Amino acid sequence: MNLALNAVAIRTLVHKELVRILRIWVQTIVPPAITMTLYFIIFGNLIGRRIGTMDGFDYMQFIAPGLIMMSVITNSYGNVVSSFFGAKFGRHIEEMLVSPMSNSAIIIGHVAGGLIRGLMVGALVTVIALFFTKLSVANPLITLSMVILSSIVFSLMGFINAIFAKKFDDISLIPTFVLTPLTYLGGVFYSISLLPEFWQGVSKANPILYMVNAFRYGILGTSDISIAYAYGIVLFFVVTLFSACLYLLNRGVGIRE
Amino acid sequence: MTALTIANLRKTYANGNEALKGIDLNVEAGEFYALLGPNGAGKTTAIGIMSSLVNKTSGNVSVFGNSIDTDLEAAKACIGLVPQEVNLNLWETVGNIVVTQAGYYGLPRRRASEQAEKYLKRLRLWDRRKDIARSLSGGMKRRLMIARALVHEPRLLILDEPTAGVDIEIRRSMWQFLREINEAGTTIILTTHYLEEAESLCRRVAIIDEGRIIEDAAMTDVLRKLSQETFVLSLGTPLASPPSLPGFDSSLRNELELEVALGREHSLNDLFDALDERRISVVSMRNKTNRLEELFMRLVENKQSVEGLS
Repeated sequence: MNLALNAVAIRTLVHKELVRILRIWVQTIVPPAITMTLYFIIFGNLIGRRIGTMDGFDYMQFIAPGLIMMSVITNSYGNVVSSFFGAKFGRHIEEMLVSPMSNSAIIIGHVAGGLIRGLMVGALVTVIALFFTKLSVANPLITLSMVILSSIVFSLMGFINAIFAKKFDDISLIPTFVLTPLTYLGGVFYSISLLPEFWQGVSKANPILYMVNAFRYGILGTSDISIAYAYGIVLFFVVTLFSACLYLLNRGVGIRE
Repeated sequence: MTALTIANLRKTYANGNEALKGIDLNVEAGEFYALLGPNGAGKTTAIGIMSSLVNKTSGNVSVFGNSIDTDLEAAKACIGLVPQEVNLNLWETVGNIVVTQAGYYGLPRRRASEQAEKYLKRLRLWDRRKDIARSLSGGMKRRLMIARALVHEPRLLILDEPTAGVDIEIRRSMWQFLREINEAGTTIILTTHYLEEAESLCRRVAIIDEGRIIEDAAMTDVLRKLSQETFVLSLGTPLASPPSLPGFDSSLRNELELEVALGREHSLNDLFDALDERRISVVSMRNKTNRLEELFMRLVENKQSVEGLS
């Protein structure tokens, strides 16, 4: 593999993704900011006042890390799935396929695009959260690494969704029927210690739980699960999903006849 | 040096359609090569495999000695592709499309911008560089796809029906541009429906039909097989009955249109001399059928008669 060529190709793809995100900022940046503001007002402020504390924190403080992570996850996923499927649908994916850039570079470039949008939206939601509550970061390294790794995991998932998608409906099925339920059940709004033991066990099969909790641990210093275990799970997903993406691209699934 | 080598290339799609049934092709470096054939003959599939957009079923393809099985990146780096259908990001600006494509081929941004400027100017699109591709006319989109394919200066340029749906003026200017590119050393493979286009540009031609190459020869040799052409002449004055033109097979389509079959033993001058003698004035003339169609029919008839004998 020509590393210099692929480095330039990745930079080019990342630049293109960044331009795309900023060009359609009304679609990419504004909606999650509005949605999360509503979450903070309704769940955090109005309902949260009646709930009181969760794991020793104000309810608003407790849900803030989860809401930040939720916005990172959905936007990373959404960016990659819409960008890659849009390129497939418009056939300008062929610009990449005919070029000598490697399949790994195509994946890395798109994932970087998902990461950029995820982090931009995450940063914006963090700023919005600061209007509603005080947040101090207990462990910056865990906070940053977990948000980056989670963004990568869901960017890769979005990439796989886009590979298999044949029409625009297909790119909204997974977010609607899989991603959103898993996010809501992933401990964003509650501590799983509130659940009966059986449902606590079920919840532990949800990978988003580990991401939300590890991220919350990075900010608040509290978690329902082991942080080391969370890293193990997330890294496992990164490696497995990247391998799956590469295998699918090498086989030409969904992109070559 | 051989620019492209294709050996026993086969492609069967998932629906069972056998698009290529074992084709062999050699294109020398510097060649201007035409790949002709009717719709569904396998031209676009062959091009798709050369440029890695279609997976082959079996066979070998090498581009300047780089096999697409073992040296795919090197093979791809040699190729510039202008596809049949517009595959531009219509919401992207003209300039960004070309610069981005250069980046995919490893050209750093500054060099990519210089190259984009060079080819957008040559293809008369520089003034539109800040416009989105959607705002371009059909001919401009075709020219943009050519600029995009050339931005990394490929050694082999493949054009899949580049002038389909393009008006004659733009078609002529594109022909001139392609001649210049070829004279500068770029090997060109062109697919087209128009024999005139291939005739005007290409020195060698392969004809593909039902997934098989049925002719692969110098353009002059192929054209020699057109032993007879039929012309339709529009007359200046009406004729009540067909004129007697010895040596020519002629008939009246209507009182103002005369159909004449011209064999290779006669030139157009002979025909016009005979018409002059009879004081028949001709306003215009055209081929009765597309010459490619005529040539193609002859080749298919030949192939069928050979198969019938064997």
